Amino acid sequence: MRVTVIVDGVSYSDDVEPRLLLVHYLREHLGKVGTVVGCDTSNCGACTVHLDGRSVKSCSVLAVQADGREVATVEGLARDGRLHPVQQAFHDNHALQCGFCTPGMIMQAVDLLADDPDPDEEAVRAGLEGNLCRCTGYQNIVRAVLDAARRMSPGAGPEAERLTDEAAQVTHVAGGGQ
Amino acid sequence: MTAAVEAEVGRARRRKEDARLITGRTRWTDNLTLPGMLHLAILRSPVAHARIAAVDTSAAEAMPGVLAVLTGVDLAKEQGSMGCAWPVTPDMAAPQHPAMAVDTVRYAGEAVALVVAASAYQARDALDAIDVEYADLPVVLDVTRALAADSPLVHPEFGSNRCATWVFDSAEAGTGGETAPAIADAEVVLRRRFRQQRIIPAFMEPRSVLVDPTGDQVTMWSATQVPHILRMMLAATLGLPEHKLRVIAPDVGGGFGGKLQVTPEEVLVLLAARRLGRPVKYTETRSDSMLSCHHGRDQFQDLTLAARPDGTITALEVELLADLGAYLGLLTPGIPLLGAFMFNGIYRIPAYRFTCTSVFTNKMYTDAVRGAGRPEATFGIERMMDELAAELGLDPLEVRRRNWIGHEQFPFTTVAGLTYDSGNYEAATDRATELFDYQGLRREQARRREQDDPTLLGIGVSTYTEMCGIAPSKVLGSLSFGAGGWEHAAIRMLPTGKVEVVTGSSPHGQGHETAWSQIVADRLGVPFEDVEVLHGDTQISPRGMDTYGSRSLAVGGVAVLLAADRVLDKARPVAAHLLGCAAEDLDFAAGRFTARGTENGVSIQEVTGAVFAAHDLPDGFEPNLDAQATFDPENFSFPHGTHLCAVEVDTETGAVKIRSYVCVDDVGTVVNPLIVDGQVHGGVVHGIAQALFEEASYDELGNLTTGTFADYLLPTAADLPHLVTDRTVTPATSNPLGAKGVGESGTIAATPAVVNAVVDAVRHLGVTDIEMPCTPQRVWRAIGGGA
Ligand code: FES
Ligand code: FES
Repeated sequence: MRVTVIVDGVSYSDDVEPRLLLVHYLREHLGKVGTVVGCDTSNCGACTVHLDGRSVKSCSVLAVQADGREVATVEGLARDGRLHPVQQAFHDNHALQCGFCTPGMIMQAVDLLADDPDPDEEAVRAGLEGNLCRCTGYQNIVRAVLDAARRMSPGAGPEAERLTDEAAQVTHVAGGGQ
Repeated sequence: MTAAVEAEVGRARRRKEDARLITGRTRWTDNLTLPGMLHLAILRSPVAHARIAAVDTSAAEAMPGVLAVLTGVDLAKEQGSMGCAWPVTPDMAAPQHPAMAVDTVRYAGEAVALVVAASAYQARDALDAIDVEYADLPVVLDVTRALAADSPLVHPEFGSNRCATWVFDSAEAGTGGETAPAIADAEVVLRRRFRQQRIIPAFMEPRSVLVDPTGDQVTMWSATQVPHILRMMLAATLGLPEHKLRVIAPDVGGGFGGKLQVTPEEVLVLLAARRLGRPVKYTETRSDSMLSCHHGRDQFQDLTLAARPDGTITALEVELLADLGAYLGLLTPGIPLLGAFMFNGIYRIPAYRFTCTSVFTNKMYTDAVRGAGRPEATFGIERMMDELAAELGLDPLEVRRRNWIGHEQFPFTTVAGLTYDSGNYEAATDRATELFDYQGLRREQARRREQDDPTLLGIGVSTYTEMCGIAPSKVLGSLSFGAGGWEHAAIRMLPTGKVEVVTGSSPHGQGHETAWSQIVADRLGVPFEDVEVLHGDTQISPRGMDTYGSRSLAVGGVAVLLAADRVLDKARPVAAHLLGCAAEDLDFAAGRFTARGTENGVSIQEVTGAVFAAHDLPDGFEPNLDAQATFDPENFSFPHGTHLCAVEVDTETGAVKIRSYVCVDDVGTVVNPLIVDGQVHGGVVHGIAQALFEEASYDELGNLTTGTFADYLLPTAADLPHLVTDRTVTPATSNPLGAKGVGESGTIAATPAVVNAVVDAVRHLGVTDIEMPCTPQRVWRAIGGGA
C-alpha cells in the first residue's frame, strides 16, 4: 500500500506492507532511528512520536494509518541549532542516564505541556505514566518537565530560554552531528 | 593559556553524553545497518522440559526472503558450550550449555532454531513455519522440592539437581566464633524464612547484536556491559583466535547486570554470519528478552539470629537455597555467594556461618542483577534487625546502634573476613532521621493505631553497607573466580594539547564520558571540554574488565587518575628542560609547571607540543607523553547509608503507598553530584520495584507468566514518591580518589527499608513478614482480609 507522510518536515512516499508498524517504517524505511522500540505490548512509550501534533505510541500505529498526516519525532525538535526547551531541560536536570527512554519521554513531555502548560508534580507524574524508565527513578525527568514548563510559560520571556555557554555548546555538537 | 580554575571533581557538570541522546542521534546497536545485512530471528521452546523429537524446517526454508534455517543439530559441532567463569567449588555440577538446544530443552524460552532472512519481518514470519515435535519430560520448578530423592532431574547426568554447596564458617576462617554454641546459649533466638523473588533486569534497550564477518576477521556490535569479557569468552567458547575478533559496545541502553552476560544469541549470530558470509543482526523483542535474558535473585533465606536481651547480637546463621534455573550463565553460581560477605551488614557479630545450596530447575538461569547477591543479603539482615527490635520492644534504630561498628572503630575486620576501611554510620543515621522527622512520624503512627484509622502508617529502616569496587584480583582468586578485577586506562596527549582518555570500563548510562573528563581535567589542569573519553571497542580500548559491581569509578576512575599522574611524570623533565631548571624545582598547578620561586612557567599543552615536535628535548627522552595504568584495588570499597521509608497501608484494600523516603548515602568522594544523585534515584526505585511491584512468575508447567511489560510491572512515575536524598562524605582510604561506588547502593538499601515499613504498619495485627512483592492482595491477605 502507498503511504505518503511528512516526517519532521520532509515528505516521503513509499509502498509498504499493510501490517508495517509506523515505528518500523520510521526506523527501517526512512532511517529515522532516533525513535526506538522498547517493547511489543505498547507499554513502554519508548516509541512515542507526534501524529498531527498529538503524542502516539508509534508501535501501535500502522504506517498506512499515518498516510496523509504529519509525524514529528525527537530528531526534528531542535530548531535552527537550538534545542527545544524540553530537550534543554532534560540536559540541564540530568533527566536521562542511558537515554533509551529519552526520545519517547521528551515527545510525551512536549505533548503533556501542550495540554497543560503549568502542571504540578502530580500532573507530570500522571502524564508520564505510559513511559517507562529504568535508570532515573523518574525524579529528574519530573524535575525537567516542571523546569521546561517554567521556561516555556508565556511570561517567562527570553530569559528563561537563554542558553548558558555550556548548553550552547551542546546545541552546537548536536547540530554538528546531523 | 586556559586553565581549569574551579575544581572539576565535585562539580555538577551536565553530561557530555546527553547531546546525542536528547536529539535522537544515538548509536544503539539496532540502529546500525551494514550493506548486505541480513536479519535473524530465534524460535524459542514453548515448553520447560522436553526431548526434541523432530524438527522440520522445510516449509520455513521455502518462505520468501529466507536464506537459512538452522537448528541445534546443525550447529552442534561448532557451537561449543557457553562458559561459566565462576566454578565456585571443585565439585560444582557444570552442565553442558549449548547456545541452541540440540536434543533437549530445559527451560521455556531456550533457543531451538533460527532463521536468517532479508528482513526482520520475513525472519519472524518463517519462525511460524518451523515444525518442532516435543516429547515432554517432567519439570522441576519448586526449588524447595528439587533436592528430594524422587525429583525429576534437569541434568540427569549429575544424579541430583544440586549444583554446589558452599560454606563460610567464621570459626573455621578464624574471623569469629562458632555459631552452634552461641545459638544454644542465647536468651533470644529468632528464626525467619525470607523469600527473595525472581526478578527480571528489564533494561529499556532490548539486546541487539550485529556481526560482520570479513575474511577471518569478525566484528561484533553488541548491546553489552562487557565487550572485553565477551571477546575473550567468545574466543574461548568457539575456539576463535581472539586477535581476529573485535567487539564493540556502542551506545548501550542500560544493563543493571542483565547485559553482564555472554549470551547464546551472541554466539548464534556470530555462527550464522560466518556461515553466510554476510552481516547478520538480531534484535530481541521485549517478549524474547523477558524469556531469555538472565533473571536475578530467587532464593529462600533461612536466618537464625541469636542475641542478648539488650539486643546485642551473639551469632548469625544463614542458609540459602538458591534457584539457579536450568544452566550456568557467566557468573550464575557465584552471585548468591557475594552475599556471604554482606549478611553481617554493618554490625559487630561474633559468630557467623553461611551455607548456600544452589539448585537447578527448569527455568531461565539467574545471574547478576543490580547488586548481585548483596541486595539479598542486606534484605536478610536488615529485615532481621527490625524483627529483633520488635521482639525486644526496642526502636529499630536503637537496636542497630547497639550493634553497629562505631566510627572510631575503623578499619574494622568483620566476621565475614572483610576489612571495612572507613564509615560513619552515626552521621548518616543522624542526618536521615532529621530529614525524615522520625519522631513525628512515630507519633502519627501511634495516633492512627489508637484511632483505628483504616490507613496505617509504617516506618522502615535500612542501614546498609555494600562491597563495591569489584574487585581485588587476589580476593577473586580465592573465590575461584576465573579472572582478575583490575581496570585499565590510557591517556593520549594530542599535539594540539587536547586529550584522549581510553577507559576499559564500558558505560551504559553511567556518564563515564563526563566524570572521567572531570578527573583528567583536574589532574592535568586542562579544560573539561578538551578531554574526550573513548570506550567500548576492543580495538580502541584493548584492555578492560568492563562495567558492573559499582566498579567503574572506584577501579576504572582510579586507573584514569593514575594514568594522568604518569603523563605528568613524563612531562616533568621536559618542562624542566624548557624552563632551564631542575625537575625537583618545579611546581605543578592548574595545568602549568613553574620554576619554584619564579614566574617562569610552561603549560602542559606547551610541553605536549614540544614533545610532539621533538626538536629540543632532554637527551635520550622518548618523544611521547602518553601513559597507561592498570589499577588493581587492594580492598573493596564500602559505601553505606541510612534509608528511611514511611508507607501508608490501606487496610481495606491492602494498597501500599510510599508516603516519604529519605536516604543519606556515603559514597565517599563525589566526582559529579548530579550523576551521583541520579544513580541514587534510579537505584532506590529499582529497590522499591522489587519490594512492591516486580516478580517473574512461572506457572506449574514452567511457562513464564510475566513475559511482557503488561504482566511484569515496572513502576511508573505515577507510582513513586519524590525521594529526599542527602550525603555524608567519608572518603574511601583504599584508593587515591576516595571514591566508593554508587551504582547499586540504592537498590541494596531500598528493598528492606520498604518491606520493613510495610510490616511495621501492620505488625500490631500479628504480621511478621509479607513476601515480596508486597502487592495489595498479599498485604490484604496478611492482615486477614478475606479470612
Ligand atoms: S515500543 Fe511502543 S510502547 Fe513500547
Ligand atoms: S534513561 Fe535509561 S531507561 Fe530512562
